[in-house]
Amino acid sequence: MAEKIIELQNVTKYYDDNLVIDDVSFYVKKGEFITFLGPSGCGKTTTLRMIAGFDLPSSGKILLHGEDISLLPPNKRPVNTVFQRYALFPHLNVFENIAFGLKCKKVQNTYENVKGERYTKKEKLSKKEIAEKVQKALEIVDLEGFEKRSISTLSGGQQQRVAIARAIVNEPEILLLDEPLGALDLKMRKEMQLELKAMHKRLGITFIYVTHDQEEALTMSDTIVVMADGVVQQIGTPTKIYNEPANTFVADFIGESNIIAGTVVGEKKVRFCGKTFDCLDKFEPNEPVDVVVRPEDIRMVSPEEGTLVGKVISVVFKGIHYEITVQVGKYELVISSTESREVGEKIGMTVAPDGIHLMKPNYTTNIFDGVITKHNTVAFADGEFECDVTQLYPGSYIDEEEYLITASGEKVDLTGMQVKVEVGLNDITISDDQDAGGTMGRIISIIYKGDHYRLIVRTEEEEEDFVFSTEDLWNENDLVSVIIPKEKIKLTRKNLEEKKKR
Amino acid sequence: MKFPHFTRKTLCIPYAVFLLFFVIIPMLVILFYAFTDRNMNISLSNFVRFFSDPTKLSTIVYSIVIALITTVICLLIAYPVAYILARSKMKKKFVILMLFVLPMWINFVLRVNAIRELFNLLASLEGMEWLSASNYFKTVFGMVYDFLPFMILPLYTTMLKIDHSLYEASADLGANGVTTFTRVTLPLSMPGIMSGVTMVFLPSMTNYVVSDMLGNAKVTIIGKFIYEYFGTDWHMGSMVALVLLIVVFLSTWLSGGFSSEENVRGANL
Repeated sequence: MAEKIIELQNVTKYYDDNLVIDDVSFYVKKGEFITFLGPSGCGKTTTLRMIAGFDLPSSGKILLHGEDISLLPPNKRPVNTVFQRYALFPHLNVFENIAFGLKCKKVQNTYENVKGERYTKKEKLSKKEIAEKVQKALEIVDLEGFEKRSISTLSGGQQQRVAIARAIVNEPEILLLDEPLGALDLKMRKEMQLELKAMHKRLGITFIYVTHDQEEALTMSDTIVVMADGVVQQIGTPTKIYNEPANTFVADFIGESNIIAGTVVGEKKVRFCGKTFDCLDKFEPNEPVDVVVRPEDIRMVSPEEGTLVGKVISVVFKGIHYEITVQVGKYELVISSTESREVGEKIGMTVAPDGIHLMKPNYTTNIFDGVITKHNTVAFADGEFECDVTQLYPGSYIDEEEYLITASGEKVDLTGMQVKVEVGLNDITISDDQDAGGTMGRIISIIYKGDHYRLIVRTEEEEEDFVFSTEDLWNENDLVSVIIPKEKIKLTRKNLEEKKKR
Repeated sequence: MKFPHFTRKTLCIPYAVFLLFFVIIPMLVILFYAFTDRNMNISLSNFVRFFSDPTKLSTIVYSIVIALITTVICLLIAYPVAYILARSKMKKKFVILMLFVLPMWINFVLRVNAIRELFNLLASLEGMEWLSASNYFKTVFGMVYDFLPFMILPLYTTMLKIDHSLYEASADLGANGVTTFTRVTLPLSMPGIMSGVTMVFLPSMTNYVVSDMLGNAKVTIIGKFIYEYFGTDWHMGSMVALVLLIVVFLSTWLSGGFSSEENVRGANL
């Protein structure tokens, strides 16, 4: 195994009070092309900035060749960055921009004096050396002859190349690239992807690349680190991440996929969409699972041959393939195929065992810490909900003064009691009417699960998440109120110390 | 109903009339007076008279030196303030900037008077007597106080526009704080420096209210010359005004204020 060049150990980062990186640990091998992939706000850029030294971790360590560099300023680190918006110096021309780092550099030179004794001297690079290196860097990025050009006269793609040249001319051990192709048009981006990949091979430098474009990540990387919400979701080769996503987030984020709720019904057998399929993953029988099927893994056959039978409801031409949406009972499945079908046509479908991936559902129930309030309601996740407090004491009831009377006739004041609150995934509904529910939050994630959506609503203050299923389509980032029926809130006492009323 | 339609040409007429009567004709008048003697004969005698008088020349030199010192002090005070305010993430930085600029909104004569009274008060204290005689010190102090906002504002707006990632790029490429300052911050804030310098240097040479009130009328600057000459001799007055105009023109030209290049950073004069 190649040597670890950089390693993050339990790195956590807060901006003000916001947790942006949550206990991240991984390492990068020398010479590797590694990509941090995730939606915006997932912490990938922050991770990169901590490796560059622009941000310092709140806790945890960053090791370079096993040495802690967490607190080293950026100018002392052997890494160089290609910035998202290039950050080229507008007052310098192309040559001066590329030479900037070289002019700051001091190298150890060894000399021999007249007596033949050797001595070393720290010296700046000579003009000639700088010119040679800049020339070489310009050749690498294909910009020979642009030395004297001013930055403002360059196109986006050319500026991009100057930014790369400015970084690699310093011969860094690690090159950091922060969404460097984001500002380019599609065709240019594809070209640059291949060029960067070739450059990586030729230079042998470790590349750490940040992108939110999954296709880009799959094309270029040796290893992908999928991030979401400041947490590493999965680390692996592009093939592994695509074929064996670790959870539904990865499956949904990387490529297209059908995610369907299913149940394990026996040894390597899973039931979903009302049919039983053979699969390769082993789970306990009767366990609820999320089934992931890639659109290209569903084969279209005649209705008689198909395990599943459905009706085509839309066909979209995508260039190389057709994207066909099929209604199977109440489920919707997406198929990609080079063959087309007519809308309304009845088709059969089969899925080979290796096309079915099972994973544990992320959530089975929502659990919160709550406090009982004066009025026998429970406060949690920025809100207050009506609940049945008698479940805390079997056989108890509420008297007319709203005190709880236990089975043994004792009067108990519940105010301030710490409780564990459990709410099932199907017991939550949301509403646009902001006063309808007990608390408010924003929809932060929507995953389609074949016949329903799995939503996550996050409250604004405490950032508690409500995970639940709904058949209605909502928009991400909507502000909604969360409604939970009184009888669906399950309470358990956290500590059995009771405040007794005399 | 039809609205009256103005072409761009017709809209220009009032401005053209204004420019003609309040800029071009007065300039021609000054030019005429500068090159004529009392008998309205064209001559260079005004120039000869002025430049052959050593006391007049030394006053001019003093005036330029006072303006230079004022400008340098303003720059030294304003630069760090502008730099810190522009780069801070403070939410209330606008308030602090306002506090620096606020004096601009108070009557100029009142401010100078206040400083004079302060100096008088201080000079009456034991051990501070030297103050009453140090006219040049008081003049420069008053000018710095009065013109500081004109230095801070252009510097601040220029530095605000410097992309933060450029500092990061500089550090990333191995530059330490000093190198980043000399090779990134300073060159990129040059337009702000230039416009600040112009806005402080020129009034420091011509605004004689400060020098009159704080310098016990012992400090004479070019502006005062012009004022005094116009009381007695319009020809000499016009000549000095013309000399000042040329000095201003040259200094602006040298600092690149006339460059036709589009000014991206916008704070140039």
